[in-house]
Amino acid sequence: MIAIVDYGVGNIKAFVNIYKSFNVPCVVASSKANLEGISKLILPGVGSFDHAMLSLQNSGMKEALDELVLEKEVPVLGICVGMQMLAKSSEEGARPGLGWIDGIVKGFNSSTIKGNPLPHMGWNSLDVAQDSYLFEGLDSVPRFYFLHSYYFDCNSSADVLATASYGDRFACVVNYKNIYGIQCHPEKSHHNGAKLLRNFGEL
Amino acid sequence: MLYPRVIPCLLVHNKGLVKTVNFKNAKYVGDPINAVKIFNEKEADELMVLDIDATTDKREPNYRMIEHLAQECRMPLCYGGGIKNARQAKRVFSLGVEKIALSSAIVYKPELIAEIASEVGSQSVVAVLDVKRKLFGGYDVFIENGSKKAKINLEKFLVEMNAQGVGEIVINSIDKDGCMEGYDLDLIDKIKPLVKVPLTVLGGAGSYEDISTLVERYGIIGAAAGSLFVFKGKYRAVLISYPEPSIKTNLFKTVMEKS
Repeated sequence: MIAIVDYGVGNIKAFVNIYKSFNVPCVVASSKANLEGISKLILPGVGSFDHAMLSLQNSGMKEALDELVLEKEVPVLGICVGMQMLAKSSEEGARPGLGWIDGIVKGFNSSTIKGNPLPHMGWNSLDVAQDSYLFEGLDSVPRFYFLHSYYFDCNSSADVLATASYGDRFACVVNYKNIYGIQCHPEKSHHNGAKLLRNFGEL
Repeated sequence: MLYPRVIPCLLVHNKGLVKTVNFKNAKYVGDPINAVKIFNEKEADELMVLDIDATTDKREPNYRMIEHLAQECRMPLCYGGGIKNARQAKRVFSLGVEKIALSSAIVYKPELIAEIASEVGSQSVVAVLDVKRKLFGGYDVFIENGSKKAKINLEKFLVEMNAQGVGEIVINSIDKDGCMEGYDLDLIDKIKPLVKVPLTVLGGAGSYEDISTLVERYGIIGAAAGSLFVFKGKYRAVLISYPEPSIKTNLFKTVMEKS
């Protein structure tokens, strides 16, 4: 069973609707008790880094998630700020991240993104760096919706599954063991996004 | 590679969708949820929904409607109408909307941008400016659905918006609204250099060529339109449409080849 982690941040219903359309069972988990017996986790996230980390802390689910992901190795997919939360820290905030993937979240450098405005907003193509079942059946140059000013800077390039270019090239899909993160919004990226979420469900 | 955004803009009035001309003569064009479903099918880039009654009726956003829209919407959704403070913005945001549009409220209180951005992130805060050409050059900003002239200077206000940390500017031409004769390019020429964040233009698009003209002239930009995507033919029969991916690719060919 897939659990969408509901800690008050992010568009929970959008994920539920997508899985429902594929007849893939999923639940919304808003407390520790809801996480029992879960085999997959979706960690959505929008807004500012500190606000998201604080909300997760206040939800009372953080320790249970740590245990599920790090000890039981349950696959988790962090989305947008949910992906950034997988890092150790973020330049956007002062709170520590989950630290599940080795890296930190950095702000785009306005002097190196070649005059592009910030935030990075709109549809961009995702360039696959390493094969993964997540990308199975996507368009050859899949387009996804992005809305962010910060990006995940992995310490090891082995953790980067896909990149995108916005003046600078940055990691937009990351993976370490059972832990996955995606910067763009698959829940708002039409057929490619829905397929990626479906693939995650089949991992 | 980033692509220009082609954005249907839907106006809500008395719980139905309407389309106006110069912000007047609202014509009923259908049901909001039904329209969202059609744009899902057509894989629209983004959707903008503006409740044009909320501020003038002095009421809060219709949270129930927003929740329904957000749940149905398979593409990014920007909602505007009636948001006056950070509490309301947060509530709208929690319903699953990606971006929050502010207009009248930020004219009275520009700091609201920074206040809301600190909670939901700059990238999700959009300023919508309704402007009208002055008789002898320049533009005035209007608030409360075009009914009231704001006592601000457009250029200075844009600079202020940047300073407050706005995430996107939507510039809406009241003169061109519903006319379907093309965007106000003079207006965009004037403001483009002042806008440091993604810019979306609204008002006047009558054909896909109008969108390609815009993209050829300005590169990556948000091209929003109402009438273009809800009317068909010179008698303005209601028919929701959106360019097929291949048509969109063709529209942006020259720009994409350059980048």
